[in-house]
Amino acid sequence: MSDTPKTPGSSLACGEPQPGSRRRFIRAAGCAAVAAALTGCGNLTTEEFLQRNFRELDKRELAEIIARLEKEYTAKFRKKVTVAATPPMPGVLFGYALDLSRCIGCRRCVYACVKENNQSRDPQIQWIRVLQMDKAEGVNVLRADPYYDPPLVPQEGHFYMPVQCHQCKNPPCVKVCPVKATWQEPDGITVVDYNWCIGCRYCMAACPYGARRFNWGEPHLPPEEINPATEYLGNRPRPKGVVEKCTFCIQRTRKGRYPACVEICPTGSRKFGNLLDPGSEIRYVIENKRVFLFKEELNTQPKFFYFYGV
Amino acid sequence: METIRNFRRFCLDSLRLTVVGPRAYYGWVAFLLALMGLGIVAYLGQFRDGLIHTNMRDQVSWGFYIGNFTFLVGVAAAAIMLIIPAYVYEWKPIKEIAILGELLAISALVMCLGFVLVDIGRPGRFWHIMPLVGLLNFPSSLLAWDVIALNSYLLLNYVVVTYLLYCAYADRHYVKRFVYPLVFLSIPMAVSIHTVTAYLYNGLGARPYWNSAILAPRFLASAFCSGPAILLILLQILRKTTRLEIKDEAIFKIAELMAYTMGFNLFLTAAEAFKEFYTNSDDVVFIRYLYLGLRGHYTLVPFAWTSVLCGLVAFLLFLLPKTRKNWVTLNIGCVLIYASVYIEKGMGLIIPGLTPDTLGEIYTYRPSLTEVGVASGIFALGFLVFTLMLKVAVPVMLGDFTMKRRPARTAAAA
Repeated sequence: MSDTPKTPGSSLACGEPQPGSRRRFIRAAGCAAVAAALTGCGNLTTEEFLQRNFRELDKRELAEIIARLEKEYTAKFRKKVTVAATPPMPGVLFGYALDLSRCIGCRRCVYACVKENNQSRDPQIQWIRVLQMDKAEGVNVLRADPYYDPPLVPQEGHFYMPVQCHQCKNPPCVKVCPVKATWQEPDGITVVDYNWCIGCRYCMAACPYGARRFNWGEPHLPPEEINPATEYLGNRPRPKGVVEKCTFCIQRTRKGRYPACVEICPTGSRKFGNLLDPGSEIRYVIENKRVFLFKEELNTQPKFFYFYGV
Repeated sequence: METIRNFRRFCLDSLRLTVVGPRAYYGWVAFLLALMGLGIVAYLGQFRDGLIHTNMRDQVSWGFYIGNFTFLVGVAAAAIMLIIPAYVYEWKPIKEIAILGELLAISALVMCLGFVLVDIGRPGRFWHIMPLVGLLNFPSSLLAWDVIALNSYLLLNYVVVTYLLYCAYADRHYVKRFVYPLVFLSIPMAVSIHTVTAYLYNGLGARPYWNSAILAPRFLASAFCSGPAILLILLQILRKTTRLEIKDEAIFKIAELMAYTMGFNLFLTAAEAFKEFYTNSDDVVFIRYLYLGLRGHYTLVPFAWTSVLCGLVAFLLFLLPKTRKNWVTLNIGCVLIYASVYIEKGMGLIIPGLTPDTLGEIYTYRPSLTEVGVASGIFALGFLVFTLMLKVAVPVMLGDFTMKRRPARTAAAA
């Protein structure tokens, strides 16, 4: 690929170029032949096949890849789609709190998330799962119903517990990934490189919160429904055969906005902010409300807190 | 220089040997190739459209493929059931046939790698997981460990077997100082491949059914009876169809060892069941789903009890000298052990580990036709590899296939 003009928003310092040029050479040499063979029988380009892990790319390579992706998405969805690689903000560690006493189980968050994050509509992928639970039972997933469908919510005698990625400080999914395709960013968000994931689904086995989704088939997203402002490690359209998950709406929150689920919630059950800022709402909740961590005993140290506001 | 020329000749002669054979041989190979064709057809659909052709979903994200993979790692590890008596105790009747165990290990590992490859969502990115070329998350990810352990074990067995066969072909005595260290290394490595595979599941706090300290010991115990079960039947077939002499005492000794490992396996299974059911914490749901059914879902129950019953009957058959030394009951025992462990270390391990899922949902998983088709293709590939290797190894073992006494047709061709 020839020199492509720098794409706006791709200014992420994604690490210095690796000193191991020999390793790179071995890789390139070893793969070139295979690449040629494989690309002959698929619609995979050689650059795509040889593309390295996001964290190993230098600025120029990333800009080229982003330009390629933008071109591809723009053609596919017949409108200008941008792909940004916004860096984390210094001094920010994102945290989330959810008020179980206020949530009414309306699932508006589920659908706002799908819309914002360009999840596949067919097969249907959702990053948030709302569990209906018995008030008499308390938090007990074994008695939860994720498929509740009454004409009106909330239902008498029940409460609702939305579950999504807990952005653990000690994430088991990152630990088990065999190829470093998923990692925790400095602002605490665990992301997936959709161009590096091999689709082994070990992370899904490791996640205690059922937060990871796999693209079992080719994801379908009608062009009129795409959110064209996308992020490389976030809501850009995904290929089949890779894992995806909630990123706290990285494309919004790294620019100072709230995640879509926080914005849509009609009851104000969802709180979001910077854990490092003593004056933030999230810190107020943690310091003043009755807070609990889901599956705390697993020591995943979630940055997602459940609390009882009233 | 001479060695290289001879080795080249050995390779070419071996190749020739694999393409000539009696009619039954052609029929068997054709049958395997047909099954492989079926597997390829089934896989093409999956390759094109994704794993949506399987019945795995987010709730049960691993299934038939990974179950077979796990079982076959056990079969591969079981080669040491022959290596230990042969090389550690220098027991001659088994030493004569130890190479067959190594061939079985190689074939099993080929199938293992096949099952991993068909299970991943982006097979074109397989190079990401290759050491040196890709970006292996070592030592953090147990899957990275498994890649290294399985491939090293495959390489090790391949080198030892090729060297031993070549030496016999070239009418030379093998260099003990070269072979013995490798053979002895293969013992801890066989243990390690199955241990690492067990740890792969074991280390997940999210899955209490796998998060049990006796998972790795259970893996080893079951492996050391399922692998030999296949070997025992195979030895009898070879004895019938070739001039290969396999002494009764070798077979009975292996059967006796299997009785102990099967007994130990049953004991460990019972220990696990006791702990779960007596404690009766929330974590009991997984084993309950397996043995008793949960909230109206009984899919695994008949399989689970079949496995237990087969294991118990086989244990008794192998324990009593009278039934162990009776060919009919011995072979029944082998089939029962195979069935028992195939259920237990395949779907009986994977599915209850993931059901109910981490948010309590029960998704009833049954393999799809695609999964069964692809799996039979991989099994056919493994059997084909094994058949072709035997086609060379048996004449070498019989002394029929050496540089001097090459089969008439190949000699004429050369």
